[in-house]
Amino acid sequence: MNGVHDMGGMHGYGRVEPDADERPFHASWEGRVLAMQRALRFARAWNIDMSRDAIERQPPQRYLAASYYERWLMGMETNAVEKGLIDPDEIAAGHALRPGKPVAHVMTKDDLGQPFTRGSFSRPPSHEARFKPGDRVRTRNINPPTHTRLPRYARGHEGLIEAVRGCHVFPDAVTTGHGEDPQWLYTVAFNGRQLWGADADPTLTVSVEAFEPYLEPA
Amino acid sequence: MHDDDHDHSELSDTQLRVRALETILTEKGYIDPGVLDGIIEHYEKKTGSHVGARAIARAWVDPQFKAALLDDAAKAIASLGVGVGDHLIAVENTPARHNMVVCTLCSCYPWDVLGLPPVWYKSAPYRSRAVMDPRGALADFGVTLPAETEIRVWDSTAETRFIVLPQRPPGTEGWSEERLATLVTRDCMIGMGLPRPPTKAPA
Repeated sequence: MNGVHDMGGMHGYGRVEPDADERPFHASWEGRVLAMQRALRFARAWNIDMSRDAIERQPPQRYLAASYYERWLMGMETNAVEKGLIDPDEIAAGHALRPGKPVAHVMTKDDLGQPFTRGSFSRPPSHEARFKPGDRVRTRNINPPTHTRLPRYARGHEGLIEAVRGCHVFPDAVTTGHGEDPQWLYTVAFNGRQLWGADADPTLTVSVEAFEPYLEPA
Repeated sequence: MHDDDHDHSELSDTQLRVRALETILTEKGYIDPGVLDGIIEHYEKKTGSHVGARAIARAWVDPQFKAALLDDAAKAIASLGVGVGDHLIAVENTPARHNMVVCTLCSCYPWDVLGLPPVWYKSAPYRSRAVMDPRGALADFGVTLPAETEIRVWDSTAETRFIVLPQRPPGTEGWSEERLATLVTRDCMIGMGLPRPPTKAPA
């Protein structure tokens, strides 16, 4: 969706300011939010794409006014209700009004001993990769009202396939009820002037990680 | 929740909502608050950019490790005894090219090697500027690169993650891996900084 989360190339947000406070959490509730998100992913309540989608669907004024972990909180509330884990009247009441539903796995202290590394989103491919390194491609001009990982600034532009990164869960499909629908993933590099015009930094190259359905031969 | 409540950003309100959600999820048996404590402790005490710094310093002293890191960073760093998720890609700075990493759509970041991202990395100013005006973003952090240096920005739009392999600072000949690691800042592994010069090494 063409939301405010898609920030690449926007003006007016000001300087990048170094953090004044380098602690991982700036309030204890931030840690609770991160930990709840981890535990619910562990329970397979939803996946990472569904987390992002739920955040992007917040009203733009709310997204921009919220801090990072406030966005996570909104996304979790949205997902927990949409996936049927909790009900809105329970959020209003501040406690459970009904028993819980079965989930795949409730995270236990034993699970804390496992490595905390990122999960894998690789999946076996259903077909050969359509493109190879060195191929010229054009990103499609798509404007889906649903979740996508092709940023607006990179749509409708010619670029170069630099690398094939394997076959992965397709975020656009899994967030719209179409299953994982694994797709090939590519690093696609664009000349800065192609993206931003003649005034762009002549030394600039920008790449995105693009799923195959975003691309067509140039 | 698409309601009309616009008071969400008040801290007290947020704290109450977080407490309410944790209470509901606990009462319904989806989470265990004691496990949440353990998760928080992990991110506060165990993760951090020291993992990445160690890998960079090793790459500076060991050409074979450097080649392995550039070939498959997750596998190479796993050989140091550190668990890293799939699809970590190391990109090398050279005199001709400077790499920067951003996630314009959200906050994708290599947690396994750099810890939780700093606030600036997740902020609108960085996400909006890095892909169009990377030299301006660098200037905000006091970094100026030669005009002819190629700038390569990697937008982390999928589940691939990136770490920058900075150039080894001159004047560090003969330094041990451990000493070199003290020069490797988190920001230089994102590409929003350069390694500390040897004269600024922490005591």
